[in-house]
Amino acid sequence: MQEIAIILIGAVLVNNFVLVQFLGLCPFMGVSNRLETAIGMGSATTFVLTLAAMSSYLVNTFLLVPLGLEYLKTITFILVIAVVVQFTKMFIERTSPLLYRVLGVFLPLITTNCAVLGVALQNTARKHNFFESSLYGFGAALGFSLVLVLFSAMRERLAVADVPRPFRGVAIAMITAGLMSLAFMGFSGLV
Amino acid sequence: MIELVAQHPLLAALTALVGLAAVFGAILGFAAVKFKVEGDPVVDRIDALLPQTQCGQCGYPGCRPYAEAIAGGDAINKCPPGGQAAIKALAGLLAVPEPELDGEASEVKKVAFIREAECIGCTKCIQACPVDAILGAAKLMHTVIVAECTGCDLCVEPCPVDCIEMRPLAQTLADWRWDAPHSPGESLRGLRSRDILASDRSSSRANRVA
Repeated sequence: MQEIAIILIGAVLVNNFVLVQFLGLCPFMGVSNRLETAIGMGSATTFVLTLAAMSSYLVNTFLLVPLGLEYLKTITFILVIAVVVQFTKMFIERTSPLLYRVLGVFLPLITTNCAVLGVALQNTARKHNFFESSLYGFGAALGFSLVLVLFSAMRERLAVADVPRPFRGVAIAMITAGLMSLAFMGFSGLV
Repeated sequence: MIELVAQHPLLAALTALVGLAAVFGAILGFAAVKFKVEGDPVVDRIDALLPQTQCGQCGYPGCRPYAEAIAGGDAINKCPPGGQAAIKALAGLLAVPEPELDGEASEVKKVAFIREAECIGCTKCIQACPVDAILGAAKLMHTVIVAECTGCDLCVEPCPVDCIEMRPLAQTLADWRWDAPHSPGESLRGLRSRDILASDRSSSRANRVA
């Protein structure tokens, strides 16, 4: 139980993928303009990241390690992630048109989200077992969604705030992200 | 064979990756068939008949949403850029009677015309045109390609010097249509149905009922 909590808190807060490890910055800056899209992106990423962490663990353990091909894990994981994303897209499109309409646009974007690859690679580096791998993936996605939602809420406020002209737009967003990152550094040493 | 692969790590790597890719390809191919979304074939076919100008004159944010609305039972005569030709095609597809173009749209087909002496070359109308029917460059005079213009009048509003006007297109043999005389039993006698706006069509129907 304690182990689960440590992995989750570690992935969500202490080693937050966006603000501490600086992975997945593209969607972090790209789809954080509005709260709604941020929530959509967050849930899509949660879904895919957990699945991708599981399947890349399986591929790594049952294919790459027995054949001594660990050096191929990066390219293999990219393949796995792309397939998982594509499969998820098809599956959701068929089973739940409503969910597809909410997540649809964001699903293909996740393929290139480096946090997904990061989770898969870190799982092998930390020698997580299957359960820990999926938990770590889920925690990472939770942290990603949390930060994305917080950031988009801030950006919505910044959009109407009286920002000095040179700082408007992306500039103030970058500064905000930096300050958030600083704040999250405060969690280091928690676990 | 297995021995050969085992002796050469490169071959093992190649086999593993190709095998993995093949398996994934098979899974995706299977999923594509298994989870095939029928979509709405009717919507697709209606969409194919609409002019794709995305001008929004039908009251929907684009051609696709209007196609969905038609599939849901909306009237098929709300598309001025498509004109009577699109209505005819839609009526043929849906096997419904062919209505006149909605009265709110002008009767005669119009195209945009730029008074070239007044054009300042701001390119704003070029950006507004959904069908790229306006030719020109920054600080150079623009002009309308008549054959391409759908008469959606989206370019009139953005012009800062108001040099764009909608001019009726001269009728030619290609677009002349025979106006069928109204049958004597028609309740709206003396009033050609095209003279009615969409808004008073419902009220006239209400009058008829009352």
